[in-house]
Amino acid sequence: MNETPVVKQAEGGSAASPTSTATPASGASPGSDRADLRPENIQDAVIRLAGNSQDGIQTAGAFLARLAGRSDHDVMTYMTIPATISGGPSIFQVRIGSGEVLSAGDEADFLVAFYQHSYQDHLDFLREGGVLLYDSDNVEPNLDDKRFVYVGVPITGLTVEALGGTAKDKGKNIFVLGLISKIFNLDVEKLKKLITEKFGGKDQSIVNTALMAFQAGYAYPVGNVLTKHYRFEHFPKTSGRAQITMDGNQALAYGLIAAGVRYGAGYPITPWSSIMETLRRELPKYGGIFVQAEDELGAVSLALGFSYSGYLAVTGSAGPGISLKAEAIGWASMAEIPLIVCNIQRGGPSTGLPTNVEQSDLHQAIFGSHGDSPRVVLAAASVEDCFYIAIEAARIARKYSTPVFILSDTSLATRIEAFDEPDLSKLMVDPKPDLTPREGGFKPYDLERITQHIPPGTRILDGKYPLIGGLEHDEMGHPTGSPKLHMAMTAKRRNKLRKLAEEIPVPEVYGDQEGDTLLVGWGSTYGPIHDAVKMGREHGEKIGALHLRHVHPLPNGLEKIFAKFKRVVTVEMNDQGLYGYGQLGTILRARYCEPKIQSVTKTDGLTFRVKEILQGVFPGKFVSVRGYSPNRPVSGNGEQDVDVARAESIAQGAG
Amino acid sequence: MLPAPNLSPKELVNDDVDLMNETNMTTASPAVAGNRQSGSASPAIAEPPREKLTKKAITADHPTWCPGCGDFAVLAAFYKVLEKRQLDHEKIVTLAGIGCSSRFPYFVNGHGAHYIHGRAVPLASGISLARPDLHVFLFGGDGDGFSIGGNHLDHGARKNINMTYFIMDNFVYGLTKKQTSPTSPIGFKSKTDPIGAIDQPVNPMKKLIAGGATFIARTHAAQVNHMIQMIERAFDHQGFSVIECLSECVEFFPDVFDPANPKKGGSFEVIQEKKWDNTPEDDLRHDVTDELAAYKLASLPFPGVFGVFYQSDRPTKNALEKKWIETTREKIGGASDVEILRKTFDRMK
Repeated sequence: MNETPVVKQAEGGSAASPTSTATPASGASPGSDRADLRPENIQDAVIRLAGNSQDGIQTAGAFLARLAGRSDHDVMTYMTIPATISGGPSIFQVRIGSGEVLSAGDEADFLVAFYQHSYQDHLDFLREGGVLLYDSDNVEPNLDDKRFVYVGVPITGLTVEALGGTAKDKGKNIFVLGLISKIFNLDVEKLKKLITEKFGGKDQSIVNTALMAFQAGYAYPVGNVLTKHYRFEHFPKTSGRAQITMDGNQALAYGLIAAGVRYGAGYPITPWSSIMETLRRELPKYGGIFVQAEDELGAVSLALGFSYSGYLAVTGSAGPGISLKAEAIGWASMAEIPLIVCNIQRGGPSTGLPTNVEQSDLHQAIFGSHGDSPRVVLAAASVEDCFYIAIEAARIARKYSTPVFILSDTSLATRIEAFDEPDLSKLMVDPKPDLTPREGGFKPYDLERITQHIPPGTRILDGKYPLIGGLEHDEMGHPTGSPKLHMAMTAKRRNKLRKLAEEIPVPEVYGDQEGDTLLVGWGSTYGPIHDAVKMGREHGEKIGALHLRHVHPLPNGLEKIFAKFKRVVTVEMNDQGLYGYGQLGTILRARYCEPKIQSVTKTDGLTFRVKEILQGVFPGKFVSVRGYSPNRPVSGNGEQDVDVARAESIAQGAG
Repeated sequence: MLPAPNLSPKELVNDDVDLMNETNMTTASPAVAGNRQSGSASPAIAEPPREKLTKKAITADHPTWCPGCGDFAVLAAFYKVLEKRQLDHEKIVTLAGIGCSSRFPYFVNGHGAHYIHGRAVPLASGISLARPDLHVFLFGGDGDGFSIGGNHLDHGARKNINMTYFIMDNFVYGLTKKQTSPTSPIGFKSKTDPIGAIDQPVNPMKKLIAGGATFIARTHAAQVNHMIQMIERAFDHQGFSVIECLSECVEFFPDVFDPANPKKGGSFEVIQEKKWDNTPEDDLRHDVTDELAAYKLASLPFPGVFGVFYQSDRPTKNALEKKWIETTREKIGGASDVEILRKTFDRMK
């Protein structure tokens, strides 16, 4: 998609002549915009804001994303946050498209650089012919590099000037938002409304200040330095449903609410915390409770208490916290208690990379307990899917009385997408437990059927009450050491998930339905993998993609799809492991004994770029691309020169 | 929805249905079906009148404890309280973690769960918070409560979650066969302290006072009447009620509690609580609302005193969460779940 530049370069001597931009309009030199600035229609643009985390670039980026959602555009964002408590370089990238936007974009069409380091670190992400918009008060670009269009604006100075002395340079983000609105012909009224909504809860003066900064940016005569304005083509949505804009953690939290989850417990950890914050705030509206527990073990135990009492509950964390919950989740498998466990994955092991992305907890989700403890693992593919996967998780947890993992990750948690408002009248689940009295003869662990517990408070008329426990048990729940019963109960717990596998739909193959290469992914790599298929096919490859939402158990029948391709390549953000395969790749090889299953993996803590996937899948091809590529293609992750890694660690002050 | 299914099962059954003629029991009335979780299709059935709750009705498996174990007496006292109070059978929930005493729920016929080591307090908290209609009884030992579950004990206490927690303290790990426990006295020879325990033991009363438990009592398994009294008072208390009960392990730490057992030559000294009768003797009696006085009582040398150390009417988390829910829902003005979520989505457009 990014092969063809979509923000078209100006004809002739590219946008503004480098010489004229070398001396950016200094001060707030007025003068009207040039009359010949005609908007050019575009369908897709990637805007990267690079600054420090305290500059509020996330806020500015989020406004752009919300605006795109309100204007029926597809939008996807991508951000990096430093793991430090306050400050440090940070980016927010927004990709806005008139068509389907699947990934956040490999290259930026617009790079906004607040500082010299922003310019230096991110210039490689700017495509040739792209526009570098920089704060001429802080950045001195190399204007001899003729590949880019340079637009220098004294952002800091003008912001201070517009807002008066006390604000210092706070408000630069909103100033830049005004600037971008002008360049892209964005809907100013809608944006102002968003700004007012965002800051409206605070002091009115804050709204005014923000609007002043916006106005100053918007009024800046950018036409003096840029010969083009752009306008997103508008294709009205056909679904008739309004779009809502949110990040993946919000989508997951509201999905849980729609799924009838009214109780939960958690402990703060990045990047899970915002889910618990949302649920803590929202659940009382629905008559529910979310408890901040004393620790991860307490959190999962509270959630199991809620579930046992008849209300399917949620707990969640990132990898370190999930490790602590492992014993209790094993109890849920044994006692057959429904539970939803969210793992918003980050880079591991241990404290790892708290604010980066990785998909390295798949095996933990599937196997992370002692004993044979089958559980269900689902993975959300996009922000929208975070909403629907929660509903699917709740359905499975209730029907099969089992713990269900939802795997998300840092990139889904923090990125903002717009999607059609879900049809709540069809989706919303009524969560009340059934306390009607039962006849006698109830066996909680009946070997003939899938366990459905009777919640406490339910009268059982023969006076024989069930006991739920973690010891191996007989059908009534009482402890047993019988070898036969342990075999039968182990099989019972396993077979219900085999039953589940029968009802999982086989996912559709995207792209070529048969051919040379089938990419297989799970989780947040959905977008880049699909873009990679598009780009691969444009270059003549016979390539398709299969994306798994149900990772454990797998749907039946995948082998028939695999048979149609010469090779099957899993694309995963985790390590290739001792034997050379990613975590899903390892599972698929174990399941299908199929040597043609391979993996492309990476461990740089960043989302996949489309070209990285193609370079990994097709060794030696797709190499004529610019940009920082952390991995040597194909040969696998972490194999880059040790010297390069050392140089980086020194650059980051970690050496 | 509201989380409090306070309706009795009887109220959940539609009166219009001919209860005596339930040949087609799957045709539940809409009113009943409305109270169901989707997917569960249990038939609405005629509810016969309640019989008296007897010891027989609440007895389950024969206890697996060693002959002579103090926990037998605890179980007997618990049966007595249930019989005396005539609670609705289905509303009794017994829970436990791991340990000899934590096998307790298996010996009580009632809803219940046997959980993992040390984490039964948060499990019980979930049940208590979601289901105020239930009577949540939690049983465990000193290892479960003061060692592996020590942090949960503190936070259950701090949050003041409504439940009755009975800790059978035997000063030793029995299920794993004689290792040092958090309450083993210095010098106790165990398999993990062959030369005698060297670590200072936990003082349960002090820990509970500092943690913020709102009902704290101490009793002895050889004093059945005192035990019954304490269980009843703990049960009547709204909040996190904890009883530490010295319960002898005849196998691995025999006779350790004899100093508090008159039948074995000891003396069982009961705390005299203030009667607020303006008599001079009353000045000497213990004020159960006085935290410092309770702490002083807890400092007495072994075997110490028995009875209620501390009690406070601090609001429970159950009540505070309920209040928040009620104020929030009042603001919303009775909107349905779908309407509430739609409104939230409107703000994201």
